[in-house]
Amino acid sequence: MAIKQISVFLENKEGRIKKAVETIAKAGINIRALSIADNTKYGILRLIVSDNEKTKEVLKANHFLVKENEVIVIGIDDEPNGLNSALELFEKAKINVEYLYAFVSSKTDKAIVVVKIEDYESGIKSLQEGNADILTEEDIANL
Amino acid sequence: MIWNEDAECMSREKKEELQLSLLKKVVKTAYENVPFYREKFDNAGFKVEDLQTLEDVSKIPFTTKDDLRKAYPFGLFAVPEDEIVEIHSTSGTTGTPVVSGYTKGDLEIWGECAARAIAMAGGTSKSKIQNSYGYGLFTGGFGIDHGAKTMGATVIPMSSGNTDRQLKMMEDFQSDIITCTPSYATYLAESLEKRGYKPEDISLKAGIFGAEMWTEEMRSQLEEKLGITAHNIYGLTEIMGPGVAAECIERNGQHIQDDHFYPEIIDPKTEEVLGFGKKGELVLTNLTKEGMPIIRFRTKDVTALREEKCPCGRTTVRMDRVTGRTDDMLKVKGVMFFPSQIEEALLSITGLTPNYQIHVTRPKHLDVIEIKVETSPELFSDEMKGLDALEANIAHTIHNKIGIRVNITLVEPESLPRSEGKAVRVIDERNFD
Repeated sequence: MAIKQISVFLENKEGRIKKAVETIAKAGINIRALSIADNTKYGILRLIVSDNEKTKEVLKANHFLVKENEVIVIGIDDEPNGLNSALELFEKAKINVEYLYAFVSSKTDKAIVVVKIEDYESGIKSLQEGNADILTEEDIANL
Repeated sequence: MIWNEDAECMSREKKEELQLSLLKKVVKTAYENVPFYREKFDNAGFKVEDLQTLEDVSKIPFTTKDDLRKAYPFGLFAVPEDEIVEIHSTSGTTGTPVVSGYTKGDLEIWGECAARAIAMAGGTSKSKIQNSYGYGLFTGGFGIDHGAKTMGATVIPMSSGNTDRQLKMMEDFQSDIITCTPSYATYLAESLEKRGYKPEDISLKAGIFGAEMWTEEMRSQLEEKLGITAHNIYGLTEIMGPGVAAECIERNGQHIQDDHFYPEIIDPKTEEVLGFGKKGELVLTNLTKEGMPIIRFRTKDVTALREEKCPCGRTTVRMDRVTGRTDDMLKVKGVMFFPSQIEEALLSITGLTPNYQIHVTRPKHLDVIEIKVETSPELFSDEMKGLDALEANIAHTIHNKIGIRVNITLVEPESLPRSEGKAVRVIDERNFD
């Protein structure tokens, strides 16, 4: 149920995001979701893509610094309080959310949320207990 | 193997006797044949006959780089120009270039000294030496070349650059010794890694690295990544080129070929001669050079001399790793430090590579040091707080070791310029006008 996310280190200078995205595009890889965290000097581009191995390979070949790590992806009701009810599950279990980002797909009514939490196991556990809709890699491939 | 046991294992007493007689001879030759020395000695009130013991050497005036510049190009030759068979020169990046001329006999001695250095790294007549120092006016390429030929080893004259070809030759020719600058060695090691090579895929056993400052931490990385023993070698255009001193298998100080070069350590400010074990500026005198003997040359290299006999059996005086130059010492916010200290601090952090650049600026009349450090896969985090912590850790380590606060900027891997010769580590943009 853990979904692999690719992170890319980008210096905060013109053309770097474009170069990363272009590299992925040229390899025929589809970006399913992305977010960027940044400060004045650099940023971290986080991606959920259709082909992790290929993404890592082409980015590394173009001298990008790449890291793969596990995140949880859940489907939430695309309506007021949707995200809040998911976050309540973490709050109840006293789990700290490192970061999250959300996206919608035309193929489902649900909104999709990517969450990174420090302790992956307990995060999954609290979501399962709350009957949350945890997405698998297959689910994501079908989005 | 010890290349020349008679010279390298001579008793100190005999060595000093030899040094004194050679010194007397070279000082006399210089005075008689080079107007520059005649004038210099006369002005200082130094007479050739004043030199009776090694202690008297301190009475001889120093020769500086400026002196050599003023003599550009051939002003310090001690023999007629037609006896000079090879010329080398510094790049002149910091001013007028300094030229050095070698007679046939000088080249033999250079070959001898470089052969001793190669032997110290385990080289023999069977060795295949991939010489990736630049060939040209720079002394690196030719110095190793002369040594390899003296030894009867096979030299592969790659010169620097063209990394793909370097790696191909390394694999196809099975070179067992690589010679280049330590920063180029680091680049070669990175390139090998990237192409999927492991240390066992290549035949290298030893590396002889010099012409720029490097650190023990860099040595460990090179030894591990290339599967070699990495040996420091010392030389300088003004005196001879690589081979003036080099490290044996103990890798604990560089053996100075003190039957050809007379070493002293002085306090750079008072110019007083310091004893063994004291850190100061290295001063070298050519004992045997005919073409252009240099007397008491102030190298500006900061080191200390050791007289204890080495476990390898050699009795030659050893010099510590050069930790800085009296002229590239940085003074920031009143604290003096060498770029090599920053490098040491950086490499004490696991996962960091020796690819960094120090930028010193002075906005609003206050010095600011920014150190650009390449991020590595081991250190990269998908969380901002992970990268913040890394920057803080690097800054803290440097503050602990040198006592100055610096700003760390993480940059993308391979984004800092790589050098095929000497690396540019410091960019000082302070304007003191």
